[in-house]
Amino acid sequence: MDLHHTANQPIGPFYHFALTPDNDAGIMAGPDAKGERVDLAIRLLDADGKPVTNGMIELWQASAAGIYNDPADPAFHGFGRLATDREGLCLFHTVKPGQVAGLNGKLQAPHINVSVYAPGLTKRVVARIYFADDPANDSDQVLGLAPEDRRQTMLARQTLEAGRWNFDLHLCGPCETVFFDI
Amino acid sequence: MQKSRLDPDNQPPYLYEPYHSTAKRAPRQPLIFLPHTLSERTGPIFADTLITEADRDLTRQGAGEPLGQRMIVEGRVVDEDGNPLPKTLVEVWQTNAAGRYRHELDDWPAPLDPNFNGCGRVLTDENGKYRFLTVKPGAYPWGNHPNAWRPAHIHFSLFGPSFVSRFITQMYFEGDPMLEYDPVFQCVPDRAKHRILAKFDLGLTEERFALGFRFDLVLRGPDATPSENGHEE
Repeated sequence: MDLHHTANQPIGPFYHFALTPDNDAGIMAGPDAKGERVDLAIRLLDADGKPVTNGMIELWQASAAGIYNDPADPAFHGFGRLATDREGLCLFHTVKPGQVAGLNGKLQAPHINVSVYAPGLTKRVVARIYFADDPANDSDQVLGLAPEDRRQTMLARQTLEAGRWNFDLHLCGPCETVFFDI
Repeated sequence: MQKSRLDPDNQPPYLYEPYHSTAKRAPRQPLIFLPHTLSERTGPIFADTLITEADRDLTRQGAGEPLGQRMIVEGRVVDEDGNPLPKTLVEVWQTNAAGRYRHELDDWPAPLDPNFNGCGRVLTDENGKYRFLTVKPGAYPWGNHPNAWRPAHIHFSLFGPSFVSRFITQMYFEGDPMLEYDPVFQCVPDRAKHRILAKFDLGLTEERFALGFRFDLVLRGPDATPSENGHEE
């Protein structure tokens, strides 16, 4: 068998009925989930800063204890996905992840792994969302891989509303979000 | 030389001019090479209980049988070392036989089929094998350029064992004359196009019942392909 990775293709505009039939997969933290509640509003924007209204965003994160697929926190689901709405927005209900092991045995700053799909994206883009003002950010090795002047594109900002964080994800344009080659 | 896993000989570029909507959405900055950590090496786990019988038989989701050519799609899901990927969630969606999606935004004048929803999902077995029954999708027009038609295709979404292996593609049919004119298919490098074409397989057909097509998929493994000089052959 030919063992080259099969080519990626765009998600197309008509995936909702199969992948995001409702908003249930945006609720990652049930009432009994441990940790600090985070309502994370992600806005998907194109080269002109206009909303991308037919994108799909997937999140993958550790529990509040810093464990992926944490058996001790069954009310928390580390995977979430939502379609963007008419304003390019989607709202995930989750918790702030704990720190997980990174490179050379060092701990990573709390972060959420993001995949973005949309018509016009021939393959997903991969980003990371960090939490602005977290003291662990300064020593995070992955944040440190990005050029200093672009690191702010990886930070969610806390709003005046308790527990609510905003993140603008720019696919391209002057504020292009840092994307990773994984 | 900069490390890269982008594999431009086998994967589409983000920016592909004939596919017009890439222009305002393709990232332009270089991607940052990310050494894999636990964040990339883990991924969601899906339970068997998620899947019902109707999920793997798209011809049994309505009161009666959908119109169109019945077909079985079967294949194996493996990683780049050839290891089968068991218990991988495979989600599929497609048009009906007339080329119409059951989607509020699909409004071209082809008929909906009351007996066809067009979405399914299966988990691969212990050998990485999946199989579902459906009807052959139709072609449909889209607005990319004058008289643009999408060739018949089925969308595939797979998870694999980790965040790295997560993957979405489209399956086409060998010999479809519309492939030549479709910028979505054409954005894939020539040498890699055959891997997204389903092959008619007489051994998969069921006599007096359904055609059979084979579609195998290879997912990214944990850091299987990177090398110092871009990609491995």
